[in-house]
Amino acid sequence: MNTSLNLNRREFLKVSAAAGGGLLICLYLPGRLEAAAGPHTPVEFMPNAFLRIAPDNTVTVISKHLEMGQGVYTGLPTIVADELDADWSQIRVESAPADATRYGNLAWGGTSQGTGGSTSVANSWEQLRRAGATARAMLIAAAAQTWKVNTRTLRAENGYVIDPKGKRRASYGELSSLAATLTPPGEVKLKTPKQWKLIGKHVPRTDGGDKSCGRAIYASDIRLPGMLTALVMRPPLFGARAKSFNADTVKAMPGVKAVVEIPQGVAVVAGDFWSAKQARDALQVEWDDSAAEKHSSDELLAQYSELAEKPGAVAHQSGDITKGLAGAAKKLEATFEFPYLAHAAMEPLSCVVRLSDDACEVWAGSQQQTLDQATAARIAGLKTEQVTIHTLLAGGSFGRHANPTADYISEGVEVAKATRSLNVPIRLLWTREDDMRGGYYRPMYVHSIAAGLDKRGRPLAWQHRIVGQSILAGTMFKSMVKDGIDFTSIEGAANLPYAIPNMLVDLHTTQVGVPVLWWRSVGSTHNAFSTEVMINEMAVAAGKDPVAFRRALLNNHPRHRGVLDLAAQKAGWGKPLPKGRWRGVAVHESFHSYVAEVVEISIVDGKPKVERVVCAVDCGVAVNPDMVRAQMESGIIFGLSAALYGEITLKNGQVVQSNYHDYQIVRLPETPKIEVHIVPSSAKPTGVGEPGVPPLAPALANAVFAATGKPVRRLPIRI
Amino acid sequence: MVNLLINGKQQEVDVAADTPLLWALRDHVGLTGTKYGCGIAVCGACTVLVDGQPVRSCITSVSSVSGKPITTIEGLSPKNTHPVQRAWIAEDVPQCGYCQSGQILSAVALLKNKPKPTDQDIDEAMGGVLCRCGTYVRIRRAIKKAATLMAKGDVA
Repeated sequence: MNTSLNLNRREFLKVSAAAGGGLLICLYLPGRLEAAAGPHTPVEFMPNAFLRIAPDNTVTVISKHLEMGQGVYTGLPTIVADELDADWSQIRVESAPADATRYGNLAWGGTSQGTGGSTSVANSWEQLRRAGATARAMLIAAAAQTWKVNTRTLRAENGYVIDPKGKRRASYGELSSLAATLTPPGEVKLKTPKQWKLIGKHVPRTDGGDKSCGRAIYASDIRLPGMLTALVMRPPLFGARAKSFNADTVKAMPGVKAVVEIPQGVAVVAGDFWSAKQARDALQVEWDDSAAEKHSSDELLAQYSELAEKPGAVAHQSGDITKGLAGAAKKLEATFEFPYLAHAAMEPLSCVVRLSDDACEVWAGSQQQTLDQATAARIAGLKTEQVTIHTLLAGGSFGRHANPTADYISEGVEVAKATRSLNVPIRLLWTREDDMRGGYYRPMYVHSIAAGLDKRGRPLAWQHRIVGQSILAGTMFKSMVKDGIDFTSIEGAANLPYAIPNMLVDLHTTQVGVPVLWWRSVGSTHNAFSTEVMINEMAVAAGKDPVAFRRALLNNHPRHRGVLDLAAQKAGWGKPLPKGRWRGVAVHESFHSYVAEVVEISIVDGKPKVERVVCAVDCGVAVNPDMVRAQMESGIIFGLSAALYGEITLKNGQVVQSNYHDYQIVRLPETPKIEVHIVPSSAKPTGVGEPGVPPLAPALANAVFAATGKPVRRLPIRI
Repeated sequence: MVNLLINGKQQEVDVAADTPLLWALRDHVGLTGTKYGCGIAVCGACTVLVDGQPVRSCITSVSSVSGKPITTIEGLSPKNTHPVQRAWIAEDVPQCGYCQSGQILSAVALLKNKPKPTDQDIDEAMGGVLCRCGTYVRIRRAIKKAATLMAKGDVA
């Protein structure tokens, strides 16, 4: 039986007064209430920054993280809904405003709001469980007050508070108004894992429907009254500046409203994309490239390879590497090459900016909301609080939207500022070519590894040298570079899990004028490759099975072992393969999650074809197992694209590739069979957005080695 | 001014004859479900159906499709309940979602031509539509599920 609750006049006024403190008033139930205002006006219940319960019985979960495909709009609400005992059908999701105080990423000390490093679920876990549990306790308290019973006699289930004795129940929507008047409890009891109803179960994506019918809104879909479209012509070389351009000719073209110089290049502003594109094609700019980067990739490769011969800044050392190498019965040496990589998300960068004298609004797939907000404010000459960031869905990112310079948002605000006299919103669009050639790549690297085995085939020494640009140096995060070591360059290498008595990992940080950035799984994109390929070669050199060889070195790393064992078992490791099939394995920890992958290949037309990938992941509690599987599948395809094709090259400083025809990514027909197995765990949840990527390329390379006997020394793989 | 028949509705669109259909749809008709991905017909994000066949709207001029029936993702089914859409939701296919309009319309065209597609049919029909999130495993599964739904006569 439903019991409606009434708020009396006094209570309503109390709520109204509290409204300034975060309670939202006046969403009314159509058909259930005659008037939106009056003594019985129901109110929303917002017990904390992460959820709102409306009288219409919807529960809106506020996501402080960007949804870019990884599933936070499902994973985060799952946590809230479970502790709240809400029904999944009640759940709505909304993006949070930029606010580090309420929405800071706790994995980054809570000082800025942003999404990255596979931290979303991990840093929100306790916070959102508490948020949900607090709301639940308050709803129960509201029901107890209404029915004049003890809270202990009540329970919550599927969006209702239930009084089993009194045989009555009230929906959360009905209780919201009264709950909004209550003081949140200081402490709340969280559920035990056995009590979870949604966590660890299958919960469908909240955005699956919108994304299957064209309703999902990305920045490039935003339309505002009077809005104009801007395309920017950027210099062909990184670091060049515009000297002069044919503004008058272009301004006279149909639909063109303005041609303006901004620090990043020359912007053409027109009524729509097609007019802007044609005008930009007609734009002729003379560039000052005196300070520009003019190297070619092969020149950089030669420089890096030379550096790889010399000692660098020490990132890790243990034992005595000189003695270890000198005393080795068998020595292996290898140099590995990694190109620049573009993120190449399907949605090219875009944002919409509306600027006035005292306010700036930005619509974007913002991945670092408070940083983007501060950057927009600085450019616009406004206070931070005068800038509103509307975080929309991102059509992929893979790290690209989290840019310390907020590059595309900076451009949008610059154009809005330069066209301020037009007083219209600006939609900044990048073409695919802009996106591909716009820099902020995964850096190019060269690694050299010298390793030694003792007489019994056990690893004795490991010297790993990494050469490449720093992602953090020169950015607002530069203070994170300690003693010449940017941890993003050496992660996954300096913390190699294998028990090797004598180790040295060192780093050369190069200075190149190509803007670089984190790219899905960051340092592990290259460090997992060189380390897992080399360990595999050591196993082969020692005459041992690659899985058994690794296991023996992982005594102190049970979670590495756990995923390695699971992947090997599920893949049928050790069992004979059909003729023309080969296997390779790799295991790697990144972002506190552990992933092992076994890749099975054939060779078709002289090239490796991946037939099957078996993946095992340990990410602590799998909040949403199907989302974990989806992220492993996604990471595997992403890693495979890099292993087979990914390469941005420079010719005299100019980026050679321009679009998907010459920067290829894996297509459906090349997709292998993928099996994902999740290690059952009660450990706190850790990331899944990135950790599926690193093991793929080395496991594939190890399979190629097994097939051809020739070791793979560069990515993309060429055999 | 070009006359376009979009999702069953005749519309006068005030664009030059050589304007790509993609940009007429997005910037002038207000249908933003069709996405720009590459502009050179290599990614498939902009796929729409013209006369029921998949077409890359980024390189298709409006004048070349004037008067022909154009179906965008918004017009696939009245309540977004086309079996392909339902299969997509059931398999939790989308991740970032940006390519999915092109994927879904390509799948719809495939199933119209081949109601029981083999893996090879799926490869051929879907190989031109890129997904950077790598949802391909689920796309294949969802197409098979949609085929089953449609075989049962379950057509929205």
